[in-house]
Amino acid sequence: MDGGIEMEQTVRKVLIGNYQDLPESLGKAVEVDDKELAVFRLSNGNVKVIENKCPHRGGKLSEGMVSGEHVFCPLHDWKINLTDGLVQAPDEGCVKTYKTSIEDNQVYVEIPER
Amino acid sequence: MQKKKLVLIGNGMAGIRAIEEILKLLPDQFDITVFGKEPYPNYNRIQLSKVLQGDTEIKDITLNEWQWYEDNDILLYPGETVTKIDKENQVVYTDKGKETPYDHLIIATGSNPFMLPLPGADKEGVTAFRDIEDCEKMIDASKNYKRAAVIGGGLLGLEAARGLLNLGMEVDVIHISDYLMERQLDRPAGELLQKELEAQGMNFYLERHTTEITGEKRVTGLKFKDGGSIPADLVVMAVGIRPNVALAQATGVEVNRGIVVNDHMETNIPNIYAVGECAEHNGMVYGLVAPLYEQAQALAKHICGMNHQGYKGSVLSTQLKVSGVDVFSSGLINETAETKAIKLFDEWQNTYKKIIVQDDKLAGAVLFGNTKEGTKLKSLITKGASVEDYLESQQAALDDESIVASMTDDEIICGCNGISKGEIVHAIKTDGLSTLEEVKGATNASRSCGTCRNLVTDLLSETLGDEYEVNTKETICNCTDFSRDEVVAEMKEKGLTTSKEVMNVLEWKTEEGCPKCRPAINYYLGMVNPQEHEDERESRLVNERLHANVQKDGTYSVVPRMYGGVTNAEDLRTIADVADKYEVGMIKLTGGQRIDLLGVKKEDLPNVWKELGMPSGYAYGKSVRTVKTCVGAEFCRFGTQDSTGMGIQLEKKFEGLNTPHKVKMGVSACPRNCAEGGIKDVGVVGLDGIWEVYVGGNGGTELRKADLLVKVKTKEEVLEYTAAFLQYYRENAAYLERTSHYVERVGIEHIKEVVNDEQLRKELNERMDEALGVYKEPWNEVLESGTTLKDLYEKVTAK
Ligand code: SRM
Ligand SMILES: Cc1cc2nc3c(=O)[nH]c(=O)nc-3n(C[C@H](O)[C@H](O)[C@H](O)COP(=O)(O)OP(=O)(O)OC[C@H]3O[C@@H](n4cnc5c(N)ncnc54)[C@H](O)[C@@H]3O)c2cc1C
Ligand code: SF4
Ligand code: FES
Repeated sequence: MDGGIEMEQTVRKVLIGNYQDLPESLGKAVEVDDKELAVFRLSNGNVKVIENKCPHRGGKLSEGMVSGEHVFCPLHDWKINLTDGLVQAPDEGCVKTYKTSIEDNQVYVEIPER
Repeated sequence: MQKKKLVLIGNGMAGIRAIEEILKLLPDQFDITVFGKEPYPNYNRIQLSKVLQGDTEIKDITLNEWQWYEDNDILLYPGETVTKIDKENQVVYTDKGKETPYDHLIIATGSNPFMLPLPGADKEGVTAFRDIEDCEKMIDASKNYKRAAVIGGGLLGLEAARGLLNLGMEVDVIHISDYLMERQLDRPAGELLQKELEAQGMNFYLERHTTEITGEKRVTGLKFKDGGSIPADLVVMAVGIRPNVALAQATGVEVNRGIVVNDHMETNIPNIYAVGECAEHNGMVYGLVAPLYEQAQALAKHICGMNHQGYKGSVLSTQLKVSGVDVFSSGLINETAETKAIKLFDEWQNTYKKIIVQDDKLAGAVLFGNTKEGTKLKSLITKGASVEDYLESQQAALDDESIVASMTDDEIICGCNGISKGEIVHAIKTDGLSTLEEVKGATNASRSCGTCRNLVTDLLSETLGDEYEVNTKETICNCTDFSRDEVVAEMKEKGLTTSKEVMNVLEWKTEEGCPKCRPAINYYLGMVNPQEHEDERESRLVNERLHANVQKDGTYSVVPRMYGGVTNAEDLRTIADVADKYEVGMIKLTGGQRIDLLGVKKEDLPNVWKELGMPSGYAYGKSVRTVKTCVGAEFCRFGTQDSTGMGIQLEKKFEGLNTPHKVKMGVSACPRNCAEGGIKDVGVVGLDGIWEVYVGGNGGTELRKADLLVKVKTKEEVLEYTAAFLQYYRENAAYLERTSHYVERVGIEHIKEVVNDEQLRKELNERMDEALGVYKEPWNEVLESGTTLKDLYEKVTAK
């Protein structure tokens, strides 16, 4: 811990596209700066964004199978929670998650700035 | 970021466990290099006695296959010894002249067997018992020699002796103390053990001090201090082990008995760690895997920079793995002035149990004859549980059949891997495990010495209750209790048309299924209702959704259709041009007589397909893959039939058919069978005036020779019988069941009966035609659909 000092975090809102353009129950890879994000439009309508890199061996999670609030990595089937980014047991690890918002049908993702 | 260089010296149980733990915590952070003196991948040394006893092969005790190292990008140098460490410049040197720099260096060199410095100890026929090579030496000796002498009546010596008995040798065990395993057992248990082993055929010389190994070039016998002697033509020294510290010592690392480490497994030299039998922690050197695995875990956390309290030492327990003998001990084994003991000796059943109590707490135990309670006792002793707690839990155990019922969740079941009852039960419940193998895979429990196997199976049956027995019914996956047949029947009966509907109506336990059931349901829906079913792309796994094979780096491969494996100059030119233009990573001829363009970027796939202008080869699909053909009558001097023509016809007819698993075919024009029809799902062999059709062959994971289905005269009949067979397979096999497993399961005779029935054959052909009727070439379909192109293949950049 850094001695309890709260660092101020600035975030940048990045437009990633039209809500309708996101395929339903599937993921889509979106590049923002040097990051690759995986954007999912779930069957319940929510949009989730996580880092597009499986902590196991780097599989592109955007190509995984989506089930409820989880995605299964396309390479070796790790199961990852789209909300908190946690890998489900018996595997371990986590991916970064990003906040999203939808305004006027436009989907934005919040990218923290250093 | 530059990855840190992590070097491991010693490709053994403790070192590799540390690597496994590190990979679990931080999978991609280190460039890992492993040097191992032995020319094998990491194997389970504990099970060497099994190899020696002849019931296990070396490959069965491998813990990490070669593939594992590759999968984890670990550079392994088997058969290579590290000879020097330059601690200033942080570089290691090997006997093969390699230099490797490190940021972190783990020394896990294990132990050396201690060889008594007796006159004659260098003779042929004298061996230790430590590694695969030693086992091979003993097995070889047993083929030519009769009499073995084992020096040392401890754990190792007795396991060696048992192995040699199994190999058909006469075995004498020479032991210096007046009872066996005196370091792990008390006298009563040691004496009971001796009686039991004598009954098995071992011969003991107790309180004997060997002074000389006699013989010319090869050993012929032993001499004792009391003047006695025995003949022997194989001598196994199993008197103990010494931490292997030479390398560390030469490097200037602090060494006492072992390499001295702190709670984080750090030596006194920065960035050098030691773990395993070579390490000395708090004055203790451990020779059993359980503590070593705890050390490995602590080390991994430390190297990965995780907060943790470090390694705090371990309570030891031992179990002897000799068939027919059960002994166990843990903690204190002999009484002292401060202890009281609970002792039970049942002469009738020949069991003995002693519990040592110190300050009202359990401090040690010795069991003989019945060791079921061992695991539980070990965990109580480690916890320092009170006697009352123990006696209470024992009462509970009496009422129950299995010991596991009376164990609390934090009690350890698998001592080697430190897996508690709670962890196993949790895994059984949440992952829907139902077999020992599944538990092993999910939790590591029972993956080392295997003595907890019964406890794990008890836990399975306790946790699953009646389900455990009933579990023979194979459900589609853990999302449902329905089997494949039940689901298909419900689909038909209730007219279910989408996966969503199936999962709702049949009350799926998960919201939207999993990668096992989703593709399966999608397939069954299409099979039941070929005309109406709309393929659900979100239920397809990546390859079938994108119509290309995903590679480990996220690129894809493209295999164009090449009917019967026959091509022409123009197509080859096109392929070459496309390969150049899109800079494909590799052009490869495949095992199925195709050309594979590997390493294509996803966003390039549509253009590559377009410019190739060829249909998809379906190299990614649960579908008809390839029909391999041989040269055939057109050119070959032995050819009797037009095999290429037949193959092309088969491939054109069945192209794009969805099947439970992939279907591969081969057509040859004589019994030489150059297209390997004997290991294909459908193999066709042309003879003079006859075609033989074989089915159910497989050349993959489990080889299976195909069975003869029928002999027919014409090409049309080949197509007709093949269609009937494939349709019957489509309608009855479980998703992901290859024809080989399916044919094996239902039997070729049954399939013959169906397919030879004219009426049934006709109906099967009609339904096959219906299924084939809806096929649309997928690459072209993508190119023609703007939305699919956008949804699945477009590259998106946002700012
Ligand atoms: C390309 C090819 C290797 C090659 O370069 O020659 C290949 C490549 C793959 N095979 Fe294969 N197999 C290839 C011929 C074979 C053969 C030989 C044959 O077809 O004549 C076999 C044994 C024959 C058999 O299947 O009976 C074979 C048995 C397997 C198996 C084991 C199947 C089984 O039932 O045991 C798998 C795993 C699976 O399908 O679940 C597999 C799976 C795979 C996958 C798709 C693994 C995957 O999921 O990523 C490989 C894709 C590699 C990649 O990165 O693109 N591959 N594979 C061959 C393509 C054949 C073709 O022309 O279409
Ligand atoms: C027959 C037998 C039965 C056993 N039964 C049990 C049991 O029932 N329960 C139990 O808990 N334990 C048992 N053990 C002990 C257990 O196997 C060991 O405690 C464990 O294997 C030690 O692990 P380690 O990684 O420290 O050493 P090892 O597994 O010995 O690994 C060290 C490796 O390092 C290599 N090496 C050494 N020096 C170098 C160098 N300079 N460069 C490169 N490589 C080097 C060695 O060749 C070796 O492969 C048994 C051991 C034996 C031999
Ligand atoms: S191509 Fe086939 S055999 Fe080769 S690594 Fe891949 S799956 Fe294994
Ligand atoms: S890369 Fe994701 S599970 Fe292996």
